[in-house]
Amino acid sequence: MSNGIVNWFKLASPYSFYPVAGKMQPWFWALAVLFGAAGLWISFFVAPTDATQGEGYRIIFVHVPASWMSMFIYLVMATWAGIGLALNTRLSGMMAQALAPTGALMAFLSLWTGAFWGKPMWGTWWVWDARLTSELILFFLYLGFIALQAAIDDPRRADKAGAILALVGVVNVPIIYFSVKWWNTLHQGSSVSLTKAPSMAQTMLWGMLLMALCFWMYSIAMTLKRVRTIILERESHTEWARKLAEVGA
Amino acid sequence: MNWGSPAEFFAMGGYALYVWGSFGVCAVAMLLEPILLGRRRRAILRSLRRHAIADRMDKESS
Repeated sequence: MSNGIVNWFKLASPYSFYPVAGKMQPWFWALAVLFGAAGLWISFFVAPTDATQGEGYRIIFVHVPASWMSMFIYLVMATWAGIGLALNTRLSGMMAQALAPTGALMAFLSLWTGAFWGKPMWGTWWVWDARLTSELILFFLYLGFIALQAAIDDPRRADKAGAILALVGVVNVPIIYFSVKWWNTLHQGSSVSLTKAPSMAQTMLWGMLLMALCFWMYSIAMTLKRVRTIILERESHTEWARKLAEVGA
Repeated sequence: MNWGSPAEFFAMGGYALYVWGSFGVCAVAMLLEPILLGRRRRAILRSLRRHAIADRMDKESS
């Protein structure tokens, strides 16, 4: 394939993806910092005080992005896992493995910030409500995926076992997303509720979107960094890995 | 601007514990994760360097 089209199968080899990921990584870090700075500025200095929740509502600016990412990363992880099972490409398993810890962190942050928001507004850190419980299950699915992969010595078999777990667990994502509709929950419905004056809701929405973009870029940068490490760990027997400039031998 | 003074900003209208508890833990987690991963990366690079040196010594002695 030399007709100018990106050769995806060539990119799917760890050897060719390693330098590409290395080149992309700094851009995503820069974007994460940029969006984060803008998002934090709006979160604290532009977005006005909420009429009912006072300053406490500002937790939304980290809670919603973390929750979105926890669900989205799981979908991406399951997609890579599925591709790995179907096409038997080695990089897919590494991508799924690289995504899991960041996804678990996002699920944890979602639960943590949720607890810190629930305490002042609902009067409790935790309640066994459909939204909270299904998010907790998502956190456990990530931990299960990581533990299962760590427990199997052969990385290719670990990829396959992990992929099946990831795919089975996908059923939980729509349950989290629709839990506030399907069940009578304490958790509020839509997070982007525009019940206040439009100009007010607008700045809150912008703050949330910028913070979400920051979390996105952070997750991508983190995944690229981790997949590069995993590639080196799994390819440590190869000549090319040992001859890399950064090895410096 | 929402805040009259820095003290007012840090007090967060009485929600200081909850707001800073949320933002603080997020910030710490998102700083710690890349640092820990950096350690893991340096560890594999060290191991690769040792292997590369061993390879070279093998070739020289044979």
